[in-house]
Amino acid sequence: MVEYRDGKKILVTPISADDLKDVHIGDILYLSGSLTTCRDVAHRRVVEEGREIPVDVRNNAILHAGPIIRPLENDKFEMVSVGPTTSMRMEKFEYEFVKTTGVRVIVGKGGMKENTANACKDFGCIHCVIPAGNAVVAAVCVEEIERAEWRDLGMPETLWNCRVKEFGPLIVSIDAEGNNYFEEKKIEYNRKKDEQVEIISKQVGFIK
Amino acid sequence: MNKEAQVQKMTDMMAKFVGYTGKKLPDDVIAKLQELREKETEALPKVIYDTMFRNQELAVKLDRPSCQDTGVLQFWVKCGTGFPLINELEGLLKDAVVKATFETPLRHNSVETFDEYNTGKNVGKGTPTVWWDIVPNWDGCEIYTYMAGGGCTLPGNATVLMPGEGYEGVTKFVLDRMTSYGLNACPPLLVGVGVATSVETAALLSKKALMRPIGSHNENERAAKMEKLLEDGINAIGIGPQGMGGKYTVMGVHIENTARHPSAIGVAVNVGCWSHRRGHIIFDKDLNYTITSHSGCVL
Repeated sequence: MVEYRDGKKILVTPISADDLKDVHIGDILYLSGSLTTCRDVAHRRVVEEGREIPVDVRNNAILHAGPIIRPLENDKFEMVSVGPTTSMRMEKFEYEFVKTTGVRVIVGKGGMKENTANACKDFGCIHCVIPAGNAVVAAVCVEEIERAEWRDLGMPETLWNCRVKEFGPLIVSIDAEGNNYFEEKKIEYNRKKDEQVEIISKQVGFIK
Repeated sequence: MNKEAQVQKMTDMMAKFVGYTGKKLPDDVIAKLQELREKETEALPKVIYDTMFRNQELAVKLDRPSCQDTGVLQFWVKCGTGFPLINELEGLLKDAVVKATFETPLRHNSVETFDEYNTGKNVGKGTPTVWWDIVPNWDGCEIYTYMAGGGCTLPGNATVLMPGEGYEGVTKFVLDRMTSYGLNACPPLLVGVGVATSVETAALLSKKALMRPIGSHNENERAAKMEKLLEDGINAIGIGPQGMGGKYTVMGVHIENTARHPSAIGVAVNVGCWSHRRGHIIFDKDLNYTITSHSGCVL
């Protein structure tokens, strides 16, 4: 579902492929509903070991992150601090992961490449960036941690299934057409870098 | 106060100070981020800066680390030979990190190499890192604290150039690193560059350069000119906050230098992320302290 509130565009789980049709790279979104932290080893288990993911992320969202969690009573947990980790580490697994799990929204840090872009295009999914280093902003969007699975992986790698409210801002880096914000930007950055190297080099000929 | 009580007092103060630096950025970083925030006009960088400032407010209000990656602790110590706790200093800094890890709390970021397990205390063989500068005929002690997060540690690089590559080669070495690794290191970055005679001399200086206050310049006129050229040049690439595009990419470029062998130019680059958690505290012989990095911080 898509909701609009206070000028914000909010994706509410469950999210359909149709909901992502008008979403483009560079758009700013928020997310409400089911968000599960999922990173290195969980991806490996799903893709390489062929294990079934114990939290159903179909039409929901995952977050590449390793949070700081405080255990409460009665097997409940509090989200103290959570920020995105480098998404590129999951690039190798992401096509198969999206295909197998049916996840709709992947949130992380920095860009991803063609494996993920192809998955986004083929299965109707997006990759978003949440500005990194903002661990408290992200943590206070978590209303409750509903489940904790694959706890044998330790605090950072456990699948923490969270109910979030207006989690964001999320900046779309790959849209469901497979357009890739960072890969487009990198071409521009590299061109400008070459120009700047040339400009600066003319002024630092200190060895004569 | 006996020696034992003095050690306990300084350990407690350093634990508190380390914890504090994880929750509130130093004055110069806040001022620079505010300046860069005001200069951005596009929607995307504005939203990112709004998030950053809201996060820093919430971190203080809720008394939590502002970033979940509280890094490996590094200390740059300038210790007088007459400082009463010079013998105990390295040990008490380690104890202070353990204490801060549980009290703040800090994330567990010390993995023993080869044995490959997390110690769970944020200390291990050689961590926290302590670099020593000994100051003769002084009875005080000056300490820079730094939380080196994973994201901004990754771009670090050092090499030795042939003199034929010159300062043009230094320029290319630094700028290449910005477009390959800088994007993911949480810009706007503080960039430290070491220009010296070998990899280790350059590398050490590139980190030391990050301890300098933002807005300071190298005292050599040409080096200061190169700081400005690199700063303007990296900004012109347009990487912007979070690597997503913007007018400003760096909070500053700091170069530290030494003389070099005629056949070699050692060069290194190190970056600090926008959440540049650096602290600076000076103790006198009676453990009275002055904090220069964070106004209003009381231990």
